[in-house]
Amino acid sequence: MKGNPQTLIDKLWDAHMVADLGGGTALLHIDRLFLHERSGGRMLQGVEQSGREIFDSSLVYGTMDHIIDTNPGRTDRTKFPGGAEFIATFRHGIERAGIRMFDIGSPFQGIVHVIAPELGVAQPGMTLVCGDSHTCTMGGIGALAWGIGVTQGEHVLSTQTLAVKKPKAMRIRYEGTLGPCVTAKDIILDLIARHGTRGGKGCVIEFAGTAIEALSCEARMTLCNMAVEFGAWTGLVAPDEKTIAYLSGRPFSPRPEYWDRAVAWWRTLRSDEGAVYDHEIVLDASEIEPQVTWGTSSQQSIGVGGTVPTPESLDDPVAIASAEKAQAYTEVAPGQPIAGLPIEAAFIGSCTNSRLDDLRAAAAILKGRRVAPGIKAICVPGSTPVKQAAEAEGLDAVFIEAGFEWRESGCSLCFYAGGDSFGDAKRTISSTNRNFENRQGPGVRTHLASPLTVAASAITGRITDPRSFGAC
Amino acid sequence: MLMEPFVRLTGIAAPLPINDVDTDAIIPSRETQSVARTGYAEKLFANWRYQPGTRIVQPDFVLNRPPFDKAVMLVSGRNFGCGSSREAAVWSLVQFGIRAVIAESFGTIFRNNCIRNGLLPVTLPLEVVEHLLQEVNQGQTTLTVDLEQCQVVTPGGEGHHFTIDPLEREMLLKGADEISVTLERRADIDAFRERDRALRPWVYQESSDPQREQCA
Repeated sequence: MKGNPQTLIDKLWDAHMVADLGGGTALLHIDRLFLHERSGGRMLQGVEQSGREIFDSSLVYGTMDHIIDTNPGRTDRTKFPGGAEFIATFRHGIERAGIRMFDIGSPFQGIVHVIAPELGVAQPGMTLVCGDSHTCTMGGIGALAWGIGVTQGEHVLSTQTLAVKKPKAMRIRYEGTLGPCVTAKDIILDLIARHGTRGGKGCVIEFAGTAIEALSCEARMTLCNMAVEFGAWTGLVAPDEKTIAYLSGRPFSPRPEYWDRAVAWWRTLRSDEGAVYDHEIVLDASEIEPQVTWGTSSQQSIGVGGTVPTPESLDDPVAIASAEKAQAYTEVAPGQPIAGLPIEAAFIGSCTNSRLDDLRAAAAILKGRRVAPGIKAICVPGSTPVKQAAEAEGLDAVFIEAGFEWRESGCSLCFYAGGDSFGDAKRTISSTNRNFENRQGPGVRTHLASPLTVAASAITGRITDPRSFGAC
Repeated sequence: MLMEPFVRLTGIAAPLPINDVDTDAIIPSRETQSVARTGYAEKLFANWRYQPGTRIVQPDFVLNRPPFDKAVMLVSGRNFGCGSSREAAVWSLVQFGIRAVIAESFGTIFRNNCIRNGLLPVTLPLEVVEHLLQEVNQGQTTLTVDLEQCQVVTPGGEGHHFTIDPLEREMLLKGADEISVTLERRADIDAFRERDRALRPWVYQESSDPQREQCA
């Protein structure tokens, strides 16, 4: 559009606008809907019961990830109570609607937010929704992707659109260079710690700056994955040559006859010079430390060399009460150094940190070492393709020899749904995205960190600075 | 699906004076054990309402204490409903009898789910929310939320104006079925897709290589 310079978000909004509903709300075309067995069956059942047709099943994809078993040799059996009903309802709905689904046993099965980009189902500039809050992950390749509930999922199945009020736009620029062992996970935890769980103010966030340009597409996905924990509507990174190279040759990427046109459009998906954002934050990437959370919210995060803060230092009574409640739950004391805290379990997996780069990084620390005695350590690759690629380069052997369980892909112990837990109230260091009360099992105390910090801590049995291992 | 319209509500407001009440707390994952959308009332806040792994009531939890066991609204802090997109969080609140939540801010997906289930999310500045928490804690437990006037009214007659998107307000007031409303625009949707297919044909392709797809 000529005239006013546009942000990337303006461009994506205009490209998908079916109708202007007034008051800043638009009916947007949804290019991809991804379903999973936890909420997808409910959505399909809702449409079936309404008597309406599926609008365009060719734009809908499905997989099994949320509540399926991740133990080797798995079947439909899952420890999750009622799991069989979710799986059966989902399969019934998928078959009835003629939707493509990557089931247990498919070489493409995996966590939605890992496989959608990896298979090329998610592409730059697409609108993509899924009944999962971490759908924002796909912003890492420049898709406009966000999580929805069941009712909105039925709306997409029935109309291939959603009515959305245009969110305000925020740009967060990171200049400078990340220090050794500082990853995308540390960037986002540090951001949430600085600005709070509503710091994103319901905005769509464009991550930019030299430090973001330097990240791999996989790392950008980790960054965008936790935009929702920052209180953003979603996050994204403008596609660049790395993104184009990432999409090249993937099973559902644009066909050869469309490839050049797709790439030409993707190259236009950048904010114009002088485009105005509603909010802008500029940060120095070199100041970020490897992060570990101490509480039950992602903003309760500190550098691994830091100490647990004093609730009284917070700004209002509700914030103080919240911090006290969190410290009572996680059993950490104000002033206590977070490093050195003994752990009982370690988890590498989830849509945040289960891609090949993550497994390689952790393996660099684990290689030739063993986890500390008594630590229950589990690695769950994010997808079957990730698992196979990792095995092809021998990473499975590194994890197994270090004392980790090596599992089939799925959401698994990220939340207590597969029926798996580390055991009641265990203190766990985890590469996942949520440290909420009971999230990983009854009473489980979760400390969020990067795969590097998880691996280093698993080896020593205590929360440990990964820089002490000299692996990065 | 038609939902119950929300126009005006007067009743007990329960205080939940903490930030970041997440949807895992509102409805723990383990509690959503059936595809059915009913039966959620007793599961609301299960990890806080009951002793761990049981249905033995925790007498201290606010919704277990009269008069708050009859609450029809909640007053909380910042970022209520953050976390998972599970719509069962809204279903459990509504089925318990909660029709409005007053907070400084809401998790975006949770808020979207509220609007589509007849649960009114009222956003007010932190100082007003903290004032209302104080009032409720001091025994002024009955509030009125009026969506026509966009006001929260205390027993003493103080009114606090809130804003809400006009389309969302209308959807709640009418209990409208959004899908039916959208399908009235079928011609617009078809016209968009025809234009878009010419501009971005790759979006509508099946796969880059049909043979590879077969192995899926």
